[in-house]
Amino acid sequence: MHVPDGFLDAPTSVGTAVVAGGVVALSLARASRRELDERTAPLAGLVAVFVFAAQMVNFPVGAGTSGHLIGAVLAAVLVGPATATLCLTVVLGVQAFLFADGGVTALGTNVVLMGLAAVWVGYGVSRAVVAVLPTRPASVPFAAAAGALVSVPAAALVFVGLYAVGGAAPIPLDTLATAMGTWHLLIGVGEAVITFLAVGSIVAARPDLVHLARGRMPALELRTPEHVA
Amino acid sequence: MSTPTSERTPSPTRPRVTTRVLVLVGLGVSLLVAGLLSFWASGHPDGLEFVAGSLGFEGSARDSATAGSPFADYGTEGVSSGLLSGGLAGVVGVVVTAVVMFGLVALLRRRSSSRD
Repeated sequence: MHVPDGFLDAPTSVGTAVVAGGVVALSLARASRRELDERTAPLAGLVAVFVFAAQMVNFPVGAGTSGHLIGAVLAAVLVGPATATLCLTVVLGVQAFLFADGGVTALGTNVVLMGLAAVWVGYGVSRAVVAVLPTRPASVPFAAAAGALVSVPAAALVFVGLYAVGGAAPIPLDTLATAMGTWHLLIGVGEAVITFLAVGSIVAARPDLVHLARGRMPALELRTPEHVA
Repeated sequence: MSTPTSERTPSPTRPRVTTRVLVLVGLGVSLLVAGLLSFWASGHPDGLEFVAGSLGFEGSARDSATAGSPFADYGTEGVSSGLLSGGLAGVVGVVVTAVVMFGLVALLRRRSSSRD
């Protein structure tokens, strides 16, 4: 999904860069006020590293096409949406500057697609799904998988929207939307599987660290000497 | 599922994975994924590249300003073995991402705790 330089014209790229800058500023404030505390902060570092690593592994989705994890919902469910935006921004920055993956002038576009659209659409879906599932940590990986599935085509359709505003080459938009939506729904299936496994592992090991599991922990039994006596 | 109750509800006495162990295991897994598993990644174009190719707008892509980076396209300049070249690039990426993100989190934590 990494947009290279040149797909979108300069004004659109400037616009997405400004939006991305604003979103990152808001996310820094929200993450430090509401999401990162002493216990959960180390998980944020781990999530960014894992997302970088997993994004290197393209999986085939058929007809000579491949996809890789975005990790937006994986991050949002584990460490919160604002921290997820920061994780994705760090990963996209490292990829653009060190690995020439995703354009430098397209960095704002890529942050908007993967660090904003995929994070918040997917996280919104996961929140809605977890609300109707049984109140326990084991529900969280299923909600995460549902959000992950939706997050990839959502980001792809936001790209189509941006292309409608400032695409460099004239392409019929309905054709572009169909192609982007279909392929990225397929990639979304892979996203859902990887997200389920990764979130499931953390939920199994340390449900108390998982952002979306907050308020879903089994009530702890109080065993004080007074109760025993 | 006939799991005994004692295994379903974590009791305070059950030894739990410490955050340090969890993060170290996670970093180890990430190093293996980026440094080794990535060698077997599919080389097919990704969804966007494929669509751009089939609809005929891939030509508008320009080379990135960082295309001359020694790690461009997840290879290591001067290393001929594909396994080693990609693996080194992956390890470098993991280390750089870790330094930046753990550093950012530490910075945010310090600022918010000095405000409290």
